[in-house]
Amino acid sequence: MTDVLDAPADPILERRQAVQAAAASSLRRRKLGSRLALGVCWACLLIAVIPLVAVVVYVVAKGLPAWNVDFFTQPTKPEGIAGGGVSNAIVGTVVITVIAVVVAVPFGLLCGLFLAESDGRFATTLRFTADVMTGIPSITVGIFGYIAIVRNFNAYSGFAGAFAIGFIMLPVIIRAGETAFRGVPRSLNEAAMALGARRATVARRVVVPTALPGVITGVLLAVARGLGETAPLLLTIFGNQYLQWNPSKTMEALPILIYNYSSQPYADLVQVAWGAALLLMVVVLVLSIGSRLLANHLGKVRR
Amino acid sequence: MTDAGFIPNVEESLTVHAEKAMIDPPTGQVVMTLRDVAVAFAGRTAVRDVTFDVCAGEVTALIGPSGSGKTTLLRALNRMHDAERSAVVTGTIRLGDLDVYGPDTDATLLRSRVGMVFQRPNPFPTMSIYDNAVAGLRFNGVRKKALLDDAAESALIAAALWDSVKDRLKANGGTLSGGEQQRLCIARALAVEPEVLLMDEPTSALDPIATKRIEELVGELKDRVTIVIVTHNMQQAMRVSDRCAFLLMGEDKAGGLIEFGPTSRLFSEPSDPRTLDYVNGRFG
Amino acid sequence: MTTVDLPPPARTGRRRSLPDNGYKGMLVVVALLVAALAIWFLIAIVIQAKPAFSTLGVGWIFGKTWNPSHGQYGLLPFILGTIESTAIAVALAFPVGLGTAVALAYLVPDRLRPVLSTMVELLAAVPSVVYGLWGLIVLAPVFASTVEPFLTSVLGWTGLFDGPNRGVGLLLAGVILFIMILPTMVAISRDVLAVVPYEQVEGAMALGATRWQVLRKVVLPAARTGILGAFTLATGRALGETVAVALVIGNSPYIAHSIKSPAATIPSLIVNNFGESTGTELSALFGAGLVLLVIGILVNSAARWLVWSTGNDSAGVGIGR
Repeated sequence: MTDVLDAPADPILERRQAVQAAAASSLRRRKLGSRLALGVCWACLLIAVIPLVAVVVYVVAKGLPAWNVDFFTQPTKPEGIAGGGVSNAIVGTVVITVIAVVVAVPFGLLCGLFLAESDGRFATTLRFTADVMTGIPSITVGIFGYIAIVRNFNAYSGFAGAFAIGFIMLPVIIRAGETAFRGVPRSLNEAAMALGARRATVARRVVVPTALPGVITGVLLAVARGLGETAPLLLTIFGNQYLQWNPSKTMEALPILIYNYSSQPYADLVQVAWGAALLLMVVVLVLSIGSRLLANHLGKVRR
Repeated sequence: MTDAGFIPNVEESLTVHAEKAMIDPPTGQVVMTLRDVAVAFAGRTAVRDVTFDVCAGEVTALIGPSGSGKTTLLRALNRMHDAERSAVVTGTIRLGDLDVYGPDTDATLLRSRVGMVFQRPNPFPTMSIYDNAVAGLRFNGVRKKALLDDAAESALIAAALWDSVKDRLKANGGTLSGGEQQRLCIARALAVEPEVLLMDEPTSALDPIATKRIEELVGELKDRVTIVIVTHNMQQAMRVSDRCAFLLMGEDKAGGLIEFGPTSRLFSEPSDPRTLDYVNGRFG
Repeated sequence: MTTVDLPPPARTGRRRSLPDNGYKGMLVVVALLVAALAIWFLIAIVIQAKPAFSTLGVGWIFGKTWNPSHGQYGLLPFILGTIESTAIAVALAFPVGLGTAVALAYLVPDRLRPVLSTMVELLAAVPSVVYGLWGLIVLAPVFASTVEPFLTSVLGWTGLFDGPNRGVGLLLAGVILFIMILPTMVAISRDVLAVVPYEQVEGAMALGATRWQVLRKVVLPAARTGILGAFTLATGRALGETVAVALVIGNSPYIAHSIKSPAATIPSLIVNNFGESTGTELSALFGAGLVLLVIGILVNSAARWLVWSTGNDSAGVGIGR
């Protein structure tokens, strides 16, 4: 700075010195504080990751010993009797999930398609309703399943369970479907229409294939969610110690079995519970990771 | 490290580097020196062979076509590349007698001496105009209300914003127009009273009228802070700067310094034919 | 579908041929059916809960004793249990979740980020009943022998830690819920933090702010609304959780007077008593389900509105913006 600008430069220089003084003296405190705070964040990350590892390790360690041929092929037996398994629970879970998927997926996807293509008041309300539905406590869904099916047909049944699970899956599929269908670029639609195709053809030939990755991911996630639900089943299928393929009768399911056996004082039953927990956890984790990998892979292929 | 804290004899060291680029020796007091500065990302050089001095009270412009590394070079001056893990800065940059990339130099402290204004105005949206203006001061540990108020007023006046905001200092920073937001960002940088102000294409996101106001501002501010400005607009460089550094991408895809000197000379009788081509608009 | 009945290319889409109407019509029918399902759901629950309200009035919701054999139906212990277990979970999940989100968004090296993010999100994939099993058999003994005595010695002066160290109880339920809602808190917060424009971060850094200063003064305030939405969504999830809680909360129908006490929540009440109840008791359980539904819907709607208003789609709201 030249001497000519003595008078006006002075307040600026003074301020500069004051700022630099404050900056230098506070530096240590600020840096320390930053290190500390960021260290806490790292600690939080650790806290978040540990339970996952702990749960998986425990379930594997305690559940794997229960896995033998009998486990997968024999139905449950009362405590003290050897050779029990969870085949009835596996069958029940599979049958119920399949029925739920077969009903919920078409309805959900078509509804998602509807929402992706409409913008009126009805669509907005419906979208909001679907969102709200995802927040309904699962026990209340179970109550509804009880009222709707068990009450009306006077019997606990696999159908009631499938109804409840399907109800839980439905909004997830609707939402995923709408997002996937909306992701189809307008230009594709318009190009097809300009070529003279009808809307239905456009939907079938253009929209659905393009949205397929998102749809598949959404469905897999919904299935993973449905598999993990226990409360609705507790109120609708009642449980069954025998192998049962008929969904109009009472059935057993893996989550129910785990729930019931957890608090039993008999070690062999608890062992079965761990084995079932491992099975359920593995399937759900595989579905979750698989859907994510699939989404990444298909997303890359698209490019 | 030099003795007595003086900058090494500038003219001498510059002649050593002169064969790499056409550089005019500086006049007046030097505020920042750059010697053989290069920046590379993950092994790939983005800009290299940069040697010049920044003189106090002047506006130094970094000009050149896009891809020539102007912004990369600018951001090396206040260590903004520290946040990028793959970035490596070589060469020497000095602010006064401070080695900018020295092991004992703290980047946050450096940035209180070398401020920056960005291409797109970025006032903090959750803060009021006043809070925006004093944000830098608060970050640096300044608490005294008197000092904050003083600095805010002075900076807002210098940014030609005081009259329009003095009655609504508590209003949210986002309520200003684009040009006003940029001036608020300038005020925010000025409030910390830095020695150097780096400006990265500060008008490219603004309309012509706002651009003109900011260019006027740059002229008014250079007594208060030394300014280094990146611009892709030659006319702007001609209008606002005292000295220019012309950078150009070489065959190795890295930008390099071609010529450095007073703006008037660079634009009328440049030494290097490439500079001549650029200022005559033969490539952009 | 053949090309026989194509309209000539010159015409625009305004003209609809019959099959088009059929397609659109089918979609509308499906949408109406879904809407009808939702309405049926509401009506069914309300109708089944009505007898309880006509017999017992409305005040029973706040009654303190649940003893159906004496004709007493009080929901208060369960409402409190629900709120308290959720409160513990949320009080833990908010700071830890936010810290984890900050770590994932800003601190973790790029290569590790997908792996670590996925690990946290996989917490949500573990079925709740497995958490219940693990909590009951693995954590409860640890709580009884180590965690609870430690906490009692350190925090006993607050009066919140009276009573024996049972392991199962409100505290364990709160901790299990915390683990279960953590991924929700983390995933949404992380996404909300990541969309704060980087130029804000750079602007603050260029002024001489430390990393924490940037986070605290610029990033977190900007992400405030979204984080609140994540928080509310996590709360909603905790409120609705049934089996994990039922397995570890001890199932005592009395109002808990200490964090270590056994307690019960509305979902655990329903799930434990549904099988054998009839008449008024059954209707009261329906009523409890209705109360839970109202709470759940309110909290969930508030959360979605908060997350939605930041334009952020990570909650999977599905608004195609």
